[in-house]
Amino acid sequence: MHCSSKNYNFAKGDNMSNEMNNKQQEVKEKMQQQKYQSKVDNVTPKPPLLKNICWAFVVGGLICTLGQLVTDYFSGLGLPKKEASACATAVLVFLGAFFTGIGVYDDLGKRAGAGSIVPITGFANSIVAPAMEFKREGYVFGIGAKMFVIAGPVLVYGMVTAFIIGLIYWIRQ
Amino acid sequence: MNKKQGMQSVVFTNPPIITSTANIVGPMEGKGLLQGYFDYIMPDNLNGLASWEQCESYLMEYAIKKAIEKENSTMEEVDCVFAGDLLNQLMSTHFAMKNLKRPFLGLYGACSTMVEGMLLSAILLDGGFFNKIVAAASSHHDAAERQYRFPSEMGVQRPPVAQWTVTGSGAVVVSTLGSGPRITTGTIGKIVDYGIKDPNAMGPAMAPAAVDTIWQHFQDIGRTPAYYDMIFTGDLGSVGRDLVIQLLQEKGVDISTNYQDCGCMVYKENQDAHAGASGCASSAIVLCGYIYKRLLQDKLKKILFLGTGSLHSTTSYQQKESIPCIAHAVSIEMP
Repeated sequence: MHCSSKNYNFAKGDNMSNEMNNKQQEVKEKMQQQKYQSKVDNVTPKPPLLKNICWAFVVGGLICTLGQLVTDYFSGLGLPKKEASACATAVLVFLGAFFTGIGVYDDLGKRAGAGSIVPITGFANSIVAPAMEFKREGYVFGIGAKMFVIAGPVLVYGMVTAFIIGLIYWIRQ
Repeated sequence: MNKKQGMQSVVFTNPPIITSTANIVGPMEGKGLLQGYFDYIMPDNLNGLASWEQCESYLMEYAIKKAIEKENSTMEEVDCVFAGDLLNQLMSTHFAMKNLKRPFLGLYGACSTMVEGMLLSAILLDGGFFNKIVAAASSHHDAAERQYRFPSEMGVQRPPVAQWTVTGSGAVVVSTLGSGPRITTGTIGKIVDYGIKDPNAMGPAMAPAAVDTIWQHFQDIGRTPAYYDMIFTGDLGSVGRDLVIQLLQEKGVDISTNYQDCGCMVYKENQDAHAGASGCASSAIVLCGYIYKRLLQDKLKKILFLGTGSLHSTTSYQQKESIPCIAHAVSIEMP
């Protein structure tokens, strides 16, 4: 809340009644806001949930299937499972970055939503997109500083989670 | 003599005249509903320049120069320019003004900037300070997106309530002499905040501010909605427009027959702009093209024109503050 609703008391002798008034004012404002929010909810168009879910399922599924195909290909070449999946990850990250670069991935994301954000290609998109966007601010303060604006939190909390899981694993041993 | 009337309004004794307007838009707006009402449609959102911000400066410079050119006068005759845009520290406005070399006052009223500028112009002209003032506003879709939301190549899904920032600019020349529609009254808005926090829902956030100013305008000036051929708001979009009609109906004022929002007049349904247009240029390009032409053709005689601004910043919404909003109004009438 802003200072206006706290209404700092300038008139010293009148603190009690001022506080009462402020409380009433605050309650009134809250009620007005809630009433308005419900009005807004009534007229706001709902996102086409079913359509969005179907798009996300199909696109997300296709990306994962592609990942599996690439993994199988590398396994077929005789790579062990762990290395085959690491190679597949690299391929998918490249594809995500490539399609961001040629301006296709955002059109896909507009329709597929989570379907194209959740797979690793979405992660590549979230790094390449700001890198492209901030190139005009130079290689240091532009690309260097802004590249991880969106992916940064994922890395931070990913590492924190990995640390905690590692700690639990270590204690249990 | 005091020209203030009521709580927040002014009535001009020598109504200043809008002698010329000009606008310029990007390719998407050029393919929209108002084709044929633009002075120039850019082939793309960069127009051969190095950055979107530079392109926005170009937009504003073009609009101001074109408006002066259409009026057959020179830049030297312009006493003062009021202008603003959406970017931090009014970046694009300042670089446009650097080239124009005219006395200049920068304004930030978010998407209400156009009307804010016209209101101040009219006050200074009627006050006898100046003879010719230009008011201008601009916005650029990609420059605004990168500042307020996501990089343009990010694959994000926009909710249906979201609006599309207009790439474009509009400029209005207001003079004490000449012919054209006149700015007869103005109502200065106050900040209204109904607690909306979602920066995607700017239409719903701004609707109460628009209602507050419309209501106050009628109270102060003593008019009813029927006085006007049309009432226009700047960029509330379809959701905000419905809310304005509903909120005014609750106050016993019916504007459902002669009210439209400029944000609903820019893009076609199939252009994927969702709830409509937004940005400083939303109201500016519609006023400086379509509405001004309709006024000159006498198809519209009396209009009330509102600029609506949502005054949040990226810092304010990350700190979970609600969106403070404002709306200013001018009434424009043919003599």
